[in-house]
Amino acid sequence: MVDFEQWNGFEGRLWKEEINVRDFIQKNYTPYDGDESFLAGPTEATDKLWGKLQELQKQERAKGGVLDMDTDIVSSITSHGAGYISEELKDLEQIVGLQTDKPLKRAFMPYGGIQMAEKSLTEYGYEINQDLHKIFTEYHKTHNQAVFDAYTPEMRAARKNKIVTGLPDTYGRGRIVGDYRRVALYGIDHLIEEKEKDKEYCGCGVMTDDIIRQREELTGQINALKQMKEMAQIYGYDISKPATTAKEAFQWTYFGYLAAIKTQNGAAMSIGRVCTFLDIYVERDLKNGTLTESQAQELVDHMIMKFRMVKFARCNSYNQLFSGDPVWATIDLAGIGVDGRSMVTKTDFRVLHTLENMGPSPEPNITVLYSSALPESFKKYAAAISIRTSSIQYENDDVMKPIWGDDYAICCCVSATQTGKEMQFFGARANLAKCLLYAINGGVDEKNKVQVGPAYQPITSEYLDYDEVMQKYDVMLDWLAGLYVNILNLIQYMHDKYFYEYAELALIDTDVRRTFATGIAGFSHVIDSLSAIKYAKVKTIRDENGIVVDYETEGDFPRYGNDDDRADEIGVWLLKTFIDRIKKHHTYRNSEPTTSILTITSNVVYGKATGAMPDGRKAGEPLSPGANPSYGAEQSGLLASLNSVAKIPYEWALDGISNTQTMNPDALGHSEEEQVKNLVQAMDGYFDQGAHHLNVNVFGTEKLIDAMEHPEKEEYANFTIRVSGYAVKFIDLTKEQQKDVIARTCHARL
Amino acid sequence: MSNTVGKVHSLETFGLVDGPGVRFVVFLQGCHMRCQYCHNPETWNLDAGETWTPEDLFQKVYRYKNYWGKDGGVTVSGGEPLLQIDFLIEFFRIAKEKGVHTTVDTSGNPFTLEEPFISKFHELLEVTDLFMLDIKEIDAEKHKTLTKWTNENILQMAQYLSDHGKDMWIRHVLVPELTDDEEGLKKLNEFIKSLKTVKRVEILPYHTLGTFKWENLGIEYPLKDVRVPTEEEVKKAEDLLEIVK
Repeated sequence: MVDFEQWNGFEGRLWKEEINVRDFIQKNYTPYDGDESFLAGPTEATDKLWGKLQELQKQERAKGGVLDMDTDIVSSITSHGAGYISEELKDLEQIVGLQTDKPLKRAFMPYGGIQMAEKSLTEYGYEINQDLHKIFTEYHKTHNQAVFDAYTPEMRAARKNKIVTGLPDTYGRGRIVGDYRRVALYGIDHLIEEKEKDKEYCGCGVMTDDIIRQREELTGQINALKQMKEMAQIYGYDISKPATTAKEAFQWTYFGYLAAIKTQNGAAMSIGRVCTFLDIYVERDLKNGTLTESQAQELVDHMIMKFRMVKFARCNSYNQLFSGDPVWATIDLAGIGVDGRSMVTKTDFRVLHTLENMGPSPEPNITVLYSSALPESFKKYAAAISIRTSSIQYENDDVMKPIWGDDYAICCCVSATQTGKEMQFFGARANLAKCLLYAINGGVDEKNKVQVGPAYQPITSEYLDYDEVMQKYDVMLDWLAGLYVNILNLIQYMHDKYFYEYAELALIDTDVRRTFATGIAGFSHVIDSLSAIKYAKVKTIRDENGIVVDYETEGDFPRYGNDDDRADEIGVWLLKTFIDRIKKHHTYRNSEPTTSILTITSNVVYGKATGAMPDGRKAGEPLSPGANPSYGAEQSGLLASLNSVAKIPYEWALDGISNTQTMNPDALGHSEEEQVKNLVQAMDGYFDQGAHHLNVNVFGTEKLIDAMEHPEKEEYANFTIRVSGYAVKFIDLTKEQQKDVIARTCHARL
Repeated sequence: MSNTVGKVHSLETFGLVDGPGVRFVVFLQGCHMRCQYCHNPETWNLDAGETWTPEDLFQKVYRYKNYWGKDGGVTVSGGEPLLQIDFLIEFFRIAKEKGVHTTVDTSGNPFTLEEPFISKFHELLEVTDLFMLDIKEIDAEKHKTLTKWTNENILQMAQYLSDHGKDMWIRHVLVPELTDDEEGLKKLNEFIKSLKTVKRVEILPYHTLGTFKWENLGIEYPLKDVRVPTEEEVKKAEDLLEIVK
């Protein structure tokens, strides 16, 4: 057993015997069930720094979305000198460290794909250093090139026609959350020792592929740890030993995260479940009298400020998929421990309070791990902050805990992963709506009129017959699932080879469990279309070549989103069918396949590439996001819609089921007190039924329309809204996406 | 099982301003009043609507019990629910058997002390926890202009609820220059104060979100040029009605 003087006052044994942050948390944290009255406002330093950062954000927007970009340095853990929000104010920064040497300056990250990295520069008027261009095109292959070297013609066609889409073959896969807390609890030297031991005991001496690869990876991880120490030294910190104070614990943890975002540009770069952990250090210092509440809040505010600054260089095509410059710096709050104690601490309140001290913000992606059993005072405070800022999402701890334990983190928008024990292979999504159209047209793409899927017999009748459609859809789904899994196998293989996440995996157990995350797009449209075919009469409209390009639906049919089992059961069937087909196939590195029903803002792009559907959705219109019912389908208000979504079993979609809802504040209650009570009540009811996720927006449509028409108004500079799985500043969305958000049902019966 | 059925206009699963807490709101079809500011004119027609048995409707409603907590429940609104009082009684009877909090949101227009209505109304009292009664205008003449009907029986109903110890909320729609005169509000306040069971008084600021429905129905909207009240006007009216928030 090791022991460090920095651990004075901490209880427990197991976490000293092995790397085990969970055990440390459980033995040492202090649950808090009081209210928010203890919280402190922003310090002068916070106001000054946040003021400066807002100025920079304004300049960034004025410059078209990017303030500055690196063209000459390949980003690595130690590639840059120290950077601060402002040189003059740097002594005020309690938590330091930037991705590059300047605030909001985007690093150059070529390993995911040199083409995209260059495009990201040129589209914003920057030019790559020609030496780097030469190196990464002539001497060193990047992930994107490698994937395309190996793709089959069928894969390319599926990708080009967007039946599989959003694939991480041009950028980092992300979604791997290092256990950044380990840096603070153990210090880097001890972590290196442990990884050295793992390497020593790696295999029995027989050099199989697995062992060779693991030895090489471990060496890379150890190097990354060494570089983290160097990086900290650039900022004047020695992180070789455990953190002594709360300030150090925040700083050490942040350094761990900083190493990750300096080396990876994954779509989602989450922070993890750090609040309960950090609170232990805050409590110790408060007790010692070495920290005041105001100073504790300042640490939280400054750390959160850093998370608000995370940026990556992205190209336009990427921005269309993931609009509004998101990074999914997801940070998790609350939850209930396996022993039944609430894991809400004062620091969970402090993190929510940042949305008051520094106003609303899309990042970090604040996620409350919800249970109706959480302390009432915390539920109410979170609901109040939701009503004021629309910046929080909620996920059901009661359904996730049995699967992932009580130390999981959300690794992107909504997917859970055990901290320090797991990694995920992110795999975007398959368009099951398009797949239905392929079933009808015998594998011919309804937009591009080319054969993409297998040339099965198309449907030739004028009116669609439910049984015939189902039979054909079944085999087309089978084809799609197989192709999709194999595309992902190939991508993940190349990502490991060319863009391995050394920094994150250095902070995860060597014996890592891997999940293989697939996803579904077009969920609601498939349900409503099949329901239309089953319960109404659907006539096909064909082009000159006999390809069905539109549908006329006569009669009424049940739609998903009204708590009508006839429609909702189709959704349950669809999910089960798809995940079962996925599971048939070999998945890379023996990973465990999962699926999700979430689409981010990519529902707009996916919709553009998808033809008309039997449910009445016109060609090119956005798909409904995530597991949301289709636009206009909900006839009986929010709870009927929630009940429909809640019927989808989380166990079959372990990667998450996202649901985004908007409520008009006036319809939510007459006073804020009433609104808070009602919102908590609604969430208790929803999550107690086993639903997985809820994005809560509270504003009226008028506000959105005004913000779209007058983005220059001061009040809209930080106007944040939740979209499928993350939050964005509304004015940063494309006009198309803004319109899409406005068109979605706002629950507002007055 | 009886043969009573209800004509339902629509269902709202997440009603938060129609009684205490989170409520399932049933909007019944049919209303005799012709209030100039009505925001649901499509519920006027007595012959339209979807037919539901009380049992089926309750089964649907009860799926939402998880959301209600201690305060919530079911509210029947309209249209005018008292026009379907037989259905209402049966529906609420089933609800009360399951311990669900019941509320009627009514204009009071069908109320009369005459038989057979009053016996039925008495039955309804037994299965209703709360009445939400709209008093659109305290002045008899103005009420007639506004709604085409007298308010005499409406005030009578308030009195009846008070005499029978039944809880009620009084609601008043505030329309600038139509229902916001100081004298009228003072008079309304006096009347409310004379009642013994008023648990809450609410000002509902006039809004124009329903005007498009008039157009859809091809009826000319009588308050075309009327604006919504300002926050100050709402506050002033609330002060006159001694509403403490």
